[in-house]
Amino acid sequence: MKLFEYESKSLAQNLGINTPRGGLASTPDEARDIHKRIGGEVVIKAQVLVAGRGKAGGIKFGSKPEETRDRASEILSMTIKGEKVKKVLIEQKLNIKKELFGSIVLDRANKCQTVLASDQGGIDIEDVAKQSPEKILHHRIDPVFGMRGYDARQVGLKLGYTGQRLNSLTDLLSNLYRLSVIYDAELVESNPLVETNEGKFVTADLRLIVDDNSLFRHPEFQERAKEVSSEVTPLEAKARENGLAFVELDGDIGIMGNGAGLVMATLDMVNHYGGKPANFCDVGGGANAEHVATALQIIQGDPKVNRIFVNILAGITRCDEVAKGIVDVKKVVGLKKPLVVRMQGTNFEEGKKILNSIGITTLEKMDEAAQLVVGSKVA
Amino acid sequence: MTLLVGKHTRAIVQGITGNQGAFHTRLMIDYGTQIVAGVTPGKGGTVSQGVPVFDTVASALEKTDANASIIFVPAPFAKEAGMEAIDAGLNPVVIITEMIPARDSMVLMAYAREHGATIVGPNTPGVITPGEAKLGIMPGDVFAPGGIGLASRSGTLTYEIASYLTHAGIGQSTCLGIGGDPVTGLNFVDVLKMFRDDKSTNAVVLIGEIGGSAEEDAASYIAETHYPKPVAAYVAGRAAPPGKRMGHAGAIITGTEGTADAKMKRFREVGVLVAEVPSELPRLLQQQRTAVVQH
Repeated sequence: MKLFEYESKSLAQNLGINTPRGGLASTPDEARDIHKRIGGEVVIKAQVLVAGRGKAGGIKFGSKPEETRDRASEILSMTIKGEKVKKVLIEQKLNIKKELFGSIVLDRANKCQTVLASDQGGIDIEDVAKQSPEKILHHRIDPVFGMRGYDARQVGLKLGYTGQRLNSLTDLLSNLYRLSVIYDAELVESNPLVETNEGKFVTADLRLIVDDNSLFRHPEFQERAKEVSSEVTPLEAKARENGLAFVELDGDIGIMGNGAGLVMATLDMVNHYGGKPANFCDVGGGANAEHVATALQIIQGDPKVNRIFVNILAGITRCDEVAKGIVDVKKVVGLKKPLVVRMQGTNFEEGKKILNSIGITTLEKMDEAAQLVVGSKVA
Repeated sequence: MTLLVGKHTRAIVQGITGNQGAFHTRLMIDYGTQIVAGVTPGKGGTVSQGVPVFDTVASALEKTDANASIIFVPAPFAKEAGMEAIDAGLNPVVIITEMIPARDSMVLMAYAREHGATIVGPNTPGVITPGEAKLGIMPGDVFAPGGIGLASRSGTLTYEIASYLTHAGIGQSTCLGIGGDPVTGLNFVDVLKMFRDDKSTNAVVLIGEIGGSAEEDAASYIAETHYPKPVAAYVAGRAAPPGKRMGHAGAIITGTEGTADAKMKRFREVGVLVAEVPSELPRLLQQQRTAVVQH
């Protein structure tokens, strides 16, 4: 679960991490009032979960409260990469000496967290990573013992700091690590992490992504996790509420299957034969009739879907349960789109019989079914 | 030699009294696997699926000579269940449980490394040595004994591909799921090492998917070691959009990294036979075999 910048920063402040003074505004007038309160020059930042808002124009500056109100009004009417801006963060403009990049990531290959840091922070960090990867330093953290003070000091030293500044940066990195531990973060990232002319280190931006699998032990995020994220389409939100792994795509062939790998391969195969999938929908292992019916209704309710491919390779899942789910949909709301069903595995004979009784034939081979649904000739 | 599991395996099922645990214990026994004990805290002294149940792994080992474990306990307790199995010297430890927090998995894998234990998973269908034994939830009938070593990041897709191979008369030495999570015990490189040293394996099939760098790491390993056995691969998720998690916690393209096309390209560069669709794999393996014979 991605947190907004203002949410990440509020958690960080509780740990004593330096963030710029500021406030959150939902209206241009609120933005103006915050500017009046903090004085000086301010930055107005769109609060969105997608990355790249700077390049999209979602960050502006205001030297006077009235100007801040106007800029905030512009940003609040923006949609950035499909995400509508609902709030802006108004923060004091820092006296920047240097922009650093600092993050703590889940390092899958090394099965640990790794600190990534660079003295070339800012909006072009991805170009730096691509063109001169040596400018980003990596420091692995022991997953059992955690980040030790000297881990953070080594990173600070390599970034070129000594004396009091080294100690300040060490404290900040240690606190970012604590933040990642306390909130089970798969990512904590500050870019830019600003060294000010006054010699302080401040997280000018801060992103935090919470590991979804850890949400059960974070009651503090319970309400937040229920909120429909703007990254999720209404159809995805509805499907996920019903316990389906669902991703909306832009084609016209609805897809339902069991098992993430199988469904991904189903999309690939539909693509391979020239079709365009409308979604990824994994009903999971051991799905019962009710679950299948829910999934099918959600898929056929999507107006861009004009035919549906059901691909079941039953292990724990039983073909007769899947078939019953399809029959239930037919009885209750009707089957609204043509259906191609591929079934193999556990109780496949029973499943086939049930579907035949309502006039649906099933195929055994995934390739043939994919070609049929796409409309190519079956080989 | 039998990789990881076989006739010698005497397994404990941790979480044997749950729905999944009980159901799959029955199927594993039916397949011929020796399941010698089960563990569920608070249910010690009872019997499930004809197997004695204990409160702890240690107490199970006082009464049985178990040497492996398969874990079905819910995600919040999986880390400790894994440690308990490792502490008792069980090896391998197969973790079927999904949705374990990444931090728990990191700690568990560090613990396993320290103790020299092999972890398969989490979020894996398990391991099967066709015709001998299985520690997992895969349907046994789609597999057949033979010479292909198969490793995968997915469950059902593994069954799909194994059934293509079996129908084409190509049997398997060992099939295993490395797991669909971001942090897993065995990775493709570990598995390639095992298959290299295994006399009953004469070719390897890797089934990858989007996200992470397990496939790229495998490709580098194959190139660096001049891997002595043919390798074929399929990578799922070419149609997946960036930034969206495709069912598995680990199946997500971040930025421009982890795409299926990049993984397939990397595999091709090092001489791996790459299938465009899963059903192509048997043909690729047969062509490879013919080519070798003609040399």
